Amino acid sequence: MVVSTQTKRFDSLELDCGVTLAPVDVAYQTYGTLNADRSNAILITHAFSGDAHAAGIDPQTQQKGWWDSMIGPGKGFDTDQYFVICSNVLGGCRGTTGPGSVDPATGEIFGMTFPVITIGDMVRLQARLIESLGIERLLCVAGGSMGGMQVLEWAARFPDRVASAIPIATTPRHSAQQIAFNEVGRQAIMADPDWNDGNYYGGKLPGRGLAVARMVGHITYMSDESMRQKFGRRQREDQGIFEVESYLRYRGSQFVDRFDANSYLYITKAMDLFDLAAGQQSLTAVLERSKTKFLVISFTSDWLYPSYQSQEVVNALRRRNQDVAYIELTSKYGHDAFLVEVDEQTEIVKGFLHRVTKGVNRR
Amino acid sequence: MTAARQHDPFVRDLLGRGDYAIFSEIVAPQTCVLDLGCGDGELLSWLAENKDVDARGVEMDAAKVQKAIAKGVSCYQGNLEECLADYPDGAFDYVILSQTLQEVRRPLQVMNEMLRVGHRAIVAFPNFGHWRVRLAHLLTGRAPKTTRFPHEWYDSPNIHFFTVDDFEILVAKENWHIEKRVFLDDNREVKMLPNLLAETAVYLVRRKS
Repeated sequence: MVVSTQTKRFDSLELDCGVTLAPVDVAYQTYGTLNADRSNAILITHAFSGDAHAAGIDPQTQQKGWWDSMIGPGKGFDTDQYFVICSNVLGGCRGTTGPGSVDPATGEIFGMTFPVITIGDMVRLQARLIESLGIERLLCVAGGSMGGMQVLEWAARFPDRVASAIPIATTPRHSAQQIAFNEVGRQAIMADPDWNDGNYYGGKLPGRGLAVARMVGHITYMSDESMRQKFGRRQREDQGIFEVESYLRYRGSQFVDRFDANSYLYITKAMDLFDLAAGQQSLTAVLERSKTKFLVISFTSDWLYPSYQSQEVVNALRRRNQDVAYIELTSKYGHDAFLVEVDEQTEIVKGFLHRVTKGVNRR
Repeated sequence: MTAARQHDPFVRDLLGRGDYAIFSEIVAPQTCVLDLGCGDGELLSWLAENKDVDARGVEMDAAKVQKAIAKGVSCYQGNLEECLADYPDGAFDYVILSQTLQEVRRPLQVMNEMLRVGHRAIVAFPNFGHWRVRLAHLLTGRAPKTTRFPHEWYDSPNIHFFTVDDFEILVAKENWHIEKRVFLDDNREVKMLPNLLAETAVYLVRRKS
C-alpha cells in the first residue's frame, strides 16, 4: 500500500487560548475507500511523536507508517472495509501548522510566538478536516497515548459525531509524574544553547537537548522487564558502553532528524494541560451525553499510563451504564505495548468494530 | 412451563449447557442483559445474535475478556463483586449469575446488588443437596464435589456449599419474588424433589414492588 500525504488549508481556527490562527494547514493521509453513505470512516489519532503517515509505505522514504501493523487490508483497522484517516496534530512538525511554520502576520517563523495549543484545539482542527471530507459521523476514533486523549476529547465534545471510540493506554488527565517527565524533556531542550529561545530555524538545531528529551521519553515507554530482556547489562565492545546507552543515543539522534524541538515543547504542554473533566463536576458528567460505544485498552506493564487511569474513564462510563468494553492486556512492553501487541489488539478491535458497524447500519 | 418444553421432556441444549437453554428462554428479546462472570462471552454473543439483546459482561480473566470482545461482546474486565456498585439502579433488565454464587465472598450482598442494578436476577447454581453429593459425603466423610465442580477442597473455587432449600429460605427471608424456577439434572429437567434430585437450579428472581 503506497500512500501519499495531502494537505488541506482552512481559513482560520480559534484556539482555546483566545488566539485565532489564520490560515491553518493540516497534513493527512487516507487509506481505503469511503462508502456511499459515508458511514465507514475511522479517524486514527497519533501519539506525541507520530504523524499523518500511520500506514502503508511512504514512496519517498520507503518507511512504513507508525501503526502499519494495525491498519491495512485484513488488519485490525481493515482498509478493505473501512476508510481510515490520520492527520498530523496541530502544533506538529510534519505538515500541519506548528511553531516551525511561517506566521503570515510577520513573514517570520513562529518559534515561541506560536500560541499555546490544547488537545481540544487539535481535535477541533481534526473535526474541520473530517467535515471537509464530507463525513458527518465517524464510525470510530482510535488512538493510543496522546492519541487516546484526542479520542476522549472527541467523545466528550462531539458525542453525536462519533459512533465508537477506542482510547488506548491513555488518561483523562496527566498525573504529576507524567507532567514531571515532560518537564525534564522541555528543560533539556531549553538548556541547549542552540535552542536560542526557540530561534534556531535556518541555523544549528538544539539537537543535544532534543536528543536527551527523547532518551528520557524512551525510558518511560519501556518497562523494567522489557529493558532487562532487550539490553540487560550487555556492553558494546566497540564503544565501551552499555547496550542500553547505545540504544538511547541512537534513538535520541534519530529523533533530531525528524522532530522540531519547539513542537516538542508545545505538544508536551498540550498533553500536560489536558483535563477531560476540567470545569465539570465529574468525568461522568463530561461523558453523559455520549452515545458512543467505547473500547478501552490498557497494558499491565505500562507504568507511564497505568491502568488505573483508563479504569477511571471506564468507571465513569459504567456509572451511566454507557456501553464500554475494557481490557487490561498482559504485556511486558510497557507503554510501547500499544504499538507492539498487534495480535491481541487486532482480534479485539476487529470484533468491536464489527459490532459497531452492525449497530450503525441498523440505525 | 413454556410450550416448547411441555412437548419436550428434555431441556433443550444450548451451547452444551442446560442452564444456558433456560436463560435463553427467560430472556425477552431486545432487552439489556448483564452477565456476571461471562467467560468468553458465548452466552452473551448468542443472546445478542438471536435475541437482539444489548449484551454486557463482566469477567476477571484477561484471556477470556479478549475472546469475549473479539466476539463483539461489550465485556468489562473486573471483579464482579466490586464492579456492581458502579452501575446505576435498574440499569439492566436481567443480571445473570451462572454457576458463580457459590464462589463469591458475600452472596447476599451480590444478590442485593444484582436486584438493585437489574430489574430481575437470573441465578444458576450447583445444588449441594443433590443425593449424590449427600451420599458421597455420608460414605466418604469428605468435602462435597459435584460433576461440574470435581475440585478438591483446597483448590475449589466454591466457598459456599448451599442447596435449593437454603436458597428458597433466603428468598423468603429477603422477601424477594421468584418468577420462575427450573431444576436440572444432567441437562434434563427435574420435576420433583429438587433439593434431592437437582444438580443445577435456575431461578428468576425480582424484588417485590
